[in-house]
Amino acid sequence: MKRMSMFFVILSAALMLATPVRAATQIEWWHAFTGRLGDLLAEQVNQFNASQSDFEVIQNNKGNYSETLNAGIAAFRANEQPHLLMVFEVGTATMMAAKGAIKPVYEVMKDAGVDFNPEAYLGPVKGYYTTTSGDMLSLPYNASTPVLYVNKDALSAAGLDPNIDLSTWQKVGAALDVLKASGNACPLVTAWQSWVHLENLSAYHDVPFATKDNGFAGLDATLSFNGPVQVKHIQTMGDWAKEGKFIYTGRRNEGGANFRAGECALFTESSAGYAGVKKEAKFDFAIRFLPYWEGVTGAPQNTIIGGASLWVMQGHSAKEYAGVAAFLNFLSTPDIQSAWHQNTGYLPITLAAAAQTKTEGFYDANPGTEIAGMQMTAKAPTSNSKGIRLGFFDQIRGIIDEELEAVWSGSKNAQAALDTAVDRGDLLLRRFEQLNR
Amino acid sequence: MRRTVIFKGWKLPILLLLPQLTITALFFFYPAGQAIWESLFIPDPFGLKSQFVGTGNFEFLLSDRYYRNSFRTTAVFSISVTFLSMGIALYLAVLADRLIKGAGIYSSLLIWPYAVAPAIAGVLWLFMFNTRVGVVSWYIGLLGYDWNHVLNQGEAMGLVVLASSWGRISYNFLFFLAGLQAIPKSVIEAAAIDGAKFWRRFRTIVIPLLSPITFFLLVVNIVYAFFETFGVIHTITSGGPQQATTTLVYKVFSDGFVGQDLGSSAAQSVILLFVVGLLTVIQFKFIERKVHY
Repeated sequence: MKRMSMFFVILSAALMLATPVRAATQIEWWHAFTGRLGDLLAEQVNQFNASQSDFEVIQNNKGNYSETLNAGIAAFRANEQPHLLMVFEVGTATMMAAKGAIKPVYEVMKDAGVDFNPEAYLGPVKGYYTTTSGDMLSLPYNASTPVLYVNKDALSAAGLDPNIDLSTWQKVGAALDVLKASGNACPLVTAWQSWVHLENLSAYHDVPFATKDNGFAGLDATLSFNGPVQVKHIQTMGDWAKEGKFIYTGRRNEGGANFRAGECALFTESSAGYAGVKKEAKFDFAIRFLPYWEGVTGAPQNTIIGGASLWVMQGHSAKEYAGVAAFLNFLSTPDIQSAWHQNTGYLPITLAAAAQTKTEGFYDANPGTEIAGMQMTAKAPTSNSKGIRLGFFDQIRGIIDEELEAVWSGSKNAQAALDTAVDRGDLLLRRFEQLNR
Repeated sequence: MRRTVIFKGWKLPILLLLPQLTITALFFFYPAGQAIWESLFIPDPFGLKSQFVGTGNFEFLLSDRYYRNSFRTTAVFSISVTFLSMGIALYLAVLADRLIKGAGIYSSLLIWPYAVAPAIAGVLWLFMFNTRVGVVSWYIGLLGYDWNHVLNQGEAMGLVVLASSWGRISYNFLFFLAGLQAIPKSVIEAAAIDGAKFWRRFRTIVIPLLSPITFFLLVVNIVYAFFETFGVIHTITSGGPQQATTTLVYKVFSDGFVGQDLGSSAAQSVILLFVVGLLTVIQFKFIERKVHY
């Protein structure tokens, strides 16, 4: 018995010695990144933790985007929410509507007394997450925009000039004819069809995806992506699919594997696909501007972003919010942002980071990586190209996917498919409006 | 003559029933009640507010052509999975039953797939049938057929049925084999002496004597096809193309957990509750009558 109590004394003494005095306030961050992106994210966190001793950020992966959002929602219901939650861009309207669950970033920054200038952020990136009155609600974290990846070797093999002009869909169409005639089995492939070929197509041609400034101006927006520009594009893609010039591989970025393996000649995908293509492609590739339809007034406008932003959750102490503010500020510093931009292909979220990347000579060493930024900032965004803010948008994308699949398989024409998608999506928008009245 | 023993008092019986009743109430009635209650609202995902809509969720669902279609999809899927997995299992069990040597190894090997989790089974099949790099789709391509379950609805359905049935065959096989071995050899031998050939013996002796097991498996497999194939569908098709593989249960998940539309999801659960209730009644009222115990 005596020996036993002696043992406990020693044990507790050892424990006391082993546990350092932890004064640091802990900040929890739930995110959706694994693999290389997860490593890069962890590195940012470690850098922040090493740079000061008041706060400690703890990062946790909670699955993919949807799963992370669900984990955040479930945690909020159980009053166990993290301080920071990564939410993909289609969840923006859901988060904005949840006023009691989130604490707007501009408010967090103001309360903490941190110097915060929204003007330092890239317009189109910031615009997606700001209210119409200019208040930034969430901090953009990873933002990308679609570009065209070109397999130059495949073009040469088909007898085309590898540096051929592919700036318009008309020119792409002509190139696809040649590729197909030369026996190429996969002339064109895409990732994220709704994002690239409807959402960005609409913004790029300055036509509305939805009324009410794509939903920015009110919950009573209705979908309007069944206009002539969109129908023409989807019908053309459908014809290409029938002729074997456009190969459909799935709703997400399944086509990336085919392109990186060298099977496909052209690939429309997020600028963030750069890291993967650069690492795996055993052929000469180039990045080009996303093509547009020549003859459409206003085109090319600017493209819009995809990706995720960081939302601050309600229900924490002022001291913890001070830590959140310090961390968000740290994430926005030019060094962190330019490294992130160069490593991943995501856009630099601040103007300073973009400038720094340029002076470091990254764009000269890696031609094509500047295209995404240029394409987004070429013109001041219009009400059609600021972004999209619609409730139940994830489900609406699902509906669009389904209807587009009907076009690719030839069972519907573009007009009928887009009309149906609009009708079905509008029902969901009315539900969202009803909920948030 | 039937003798009924009646115990005095009701305290002890209630006390003995209590654990079961508590569990049923806590884990079955409470969640079911909650689902019915929530189906009357459109709640905000964060639980901050909720709009009473009465039967609005049901009207919204039933006016959706795709939702009505998913009843048919579920029926086709469940029936296909049940018959495919039971048919193949019965065939294999009959073969195994006739084995004299190596029956143990043969049946152990057949049980293996049951140990594979549905989601992993889904990924396995997905790789084999991948439209670009899949082994099977490559061989099919050599035969001149362009396999593309990403766009072709029939192929997508076929693939999820195949993947869902695969792991299930082992389970069914185990029960069928046990059932076959329980049939007295003497009965079969007597029939054989009387001149009955294999098919006749199978039809008139084996099938009736196997019917309790078959009925049990029918119920269990339909429940499986309804509720547990979700992982396979999720990994292989995510319900596509054009909702061709969206079963009722998969839609509950995708609307509720991916789409954050909890009201619609709750209403779908209630509808599902009735469908399954109805199905159970039909099974026990009409099919069980044909079963010889």
